[in-house]
Amino acid sequence: MLLVQLLKAFVVGGIICAIGQVLIDYTKLTPARILVSFVVLGVVLGGIGLYQPLIDFAGSGASVPLLGFGALLARGVREAMAEKGLLGALSGGLTATAAGITAAMVLSMLAALIFKPGDKS
Amino acid sequence: MAKKIGKYTLRMNNPPSVIAGAAIGSKKEGEGPLSAYFDIINPDSSFGEKTWEKAESRLQKDTINKMLEKAGIASVEVDAVFGGDLLNQCVGTTFGMREIGIPLFGLFSACATFAEAMALAALLVDADTLAQAAIIASSHFCSAERQFRFPLEYGGQRPPSSQWTATAAGAALIGTHVQPPYIKHVTIGIIEDLGVTDANNMGAAMAPSAAATLTHFFSDTGTNADNYDLILSGDLGAVGSELLYQLMERGGYDIRKKHADCGLMIFDRDRQDVHAGASGAGCAAAVFCAYILPSMREGKLKNLLFIPTGALLSPTTVQQGESIPCICHLIHLADSPEPAGV
Amino acid sequence: MPSPTLKNKDYDYMVKKATPNTKSAKNISAAFLVGGAICALGELMGYLYREKVGLPEDIVPTAVSITLVGLSILLTALNVYDNLAKFAGAGTLVPITGFANAMSSAALEFKSEGLVLGVGAKMFIIAGPVIVYGVVASVLYGLVIFALGLY
Repeated sequence: MLLVQLLKAFVVGGIICAIGQVLIDYTKLTPARILVSFVVLGVVLGGIGLYQPLIDFAGSGASVPLLGFGALLARGVREAMAEKGLLGALSGGLTATAAGITAAMVLSMLAALIFKPGDKS
Repeated sequence: MAKKIGKYTLRMNNPPSVIAGAAIGSKKEGEGPLSAYFDIINPDSSFGEKTWEKAESRLQKDTINKMLEKAGIASVEVDAVFGGDLLNQCVGTTFGMREIGIPLFGLFSACATFAEAMALAALLVDADTLAQAAIIASSHFCSAERQFRFPLEYGGQRPPSSQWTATAAGAALIGTHVQPPYIKHVTIGIIEDLGVTDANNMGAAMAPSAAATLTHFFSDTGTNADNYDLILSGDLGAVGSELLYQLMERGGYDIRKKHADCGLMIFDRDRQDVHAGASGAGCAAAVFCAYILPSMREGKLKNLLFIPTGALLSPTTVQQGESIPCICHLIHLADSPEPAGV
Repeated sequence: MPSPTLKNKDYDYMVKKATPNTKSAKNISAAFLVGGAICALGELMGYLYREKVGLPEDIVPTAVSITLVGLSILLTALNVYDNLAKFAGAGTLVPITGFANAMSSAALEFKSEGLVLGVGAKMFIIAGPVIVYGVVASVLYGLVIFALGLY
């Protein structure tokens, strides 16, 4: 059972990344623009209810790519609005994604304090 | 004093010499085909400094000192230094020359800076304004990367047309003529821009400027590629070199057999993962000082056209979607100061 | 100009012909394999958090994200992530680990400009737009479902 789960995550996550690679190789989109596009697309797909089924199917295969980050923003807004009305549209997104963003911020700060960048090879 | 011939070319009356040269590289340059020709290979690309900008300044300082040591003269005997690099406000040069005590002309022609410096130094030496002048140019992969592209540890992929900024510097001494090679002509470039906007394809952006300056020189002097041993471009790389051949062929000049590119000489493209070749103001400067200058001294090369090109972009203009204006300066060097032939 | 007849679009054609194509088949398979592996690793962590650590179902995805973010930042700091990315391309860009790499690589790089305007401000040069556009899109989504009365 676990193996099937892992395989689903691998294949779905892999396909999403492969789409990203197609965008890198065949368009002039910079990496930053590709990341932005994936997040916005995730908000749209999550918003219209198309992304949750993919997360139910593939687990981390759908939630780990940035599309999942976008879908989580949309879900956060929807759930917060159910509770607080219109104010939830402003508070829901960052609340739902706060843990990930904060972890990245704090750990990046920590890394910067301890390490230094090396030359490339 | 130099005299203008044709439309763009300046002919030296009393061709100055390139008296001495020195080049320093770092780890990747040390793994490349020209490794043995560098005066110093310092595998530590920080050059013992805390920031990459300081590292580049240190590289310039060490290179000019090495050159002065080889020339056997003290810095007070040098009338002026002409130098530049790729960093904003040319801080690689200004900080590198902070303690040297030589009057400084800070220049920017991107990767053509070394040729611009050589042209200006030669003109002023030929005019007897200066007795001897130093020239220097540098680039550093890490300082260029963080200014023009991404943080060093950022996980990006480079397209096959991209070029690898050399961590290298070259310095030379130009003086009244005593020994070969002699600088006989210089052709100062005009800005060329055929609308290339892709900063990952600098060779393609720069090729038209090389073609323009080379064509100007050929038509001003009535010569062609057959009159020279070597036409040496700066860092057109694989893509830009091919485009230069095609552009020259359109004008009726075949330079394929006579052409080499410093950006294709300093690294081994098959082994070193540098994609289309090297780039950077230090690339042409170091290849010239480390390899070409000794070859001319030994008589292996007698008649050379040195045509480094520069892509005159900034991170801001790239983000604003502007195309890349480019420039190419030509230096004609020969083993005899006599004006006979070319 | 070598030939006055050479127009920008003619040169553009020459440039396209002379510029080598990306090795797309290799790149896309590398992105698939590495990206898939990162997601599968996340799934494995999720399984362990759920079954072995006993974390409640609703916080498992968050725990997985944080672990992957931490791992990515560690690999970035150890100068490993960029080398992996050279091979994997979008495989290391698109997962949440790419977001963490964008933040931490900038934080490391701009430490030399100080802790406030270097690390603090530049941390967001690549990752900032992702947050900004993601949040703006989510607010727009909220306004739409508000207008349609769908929440």
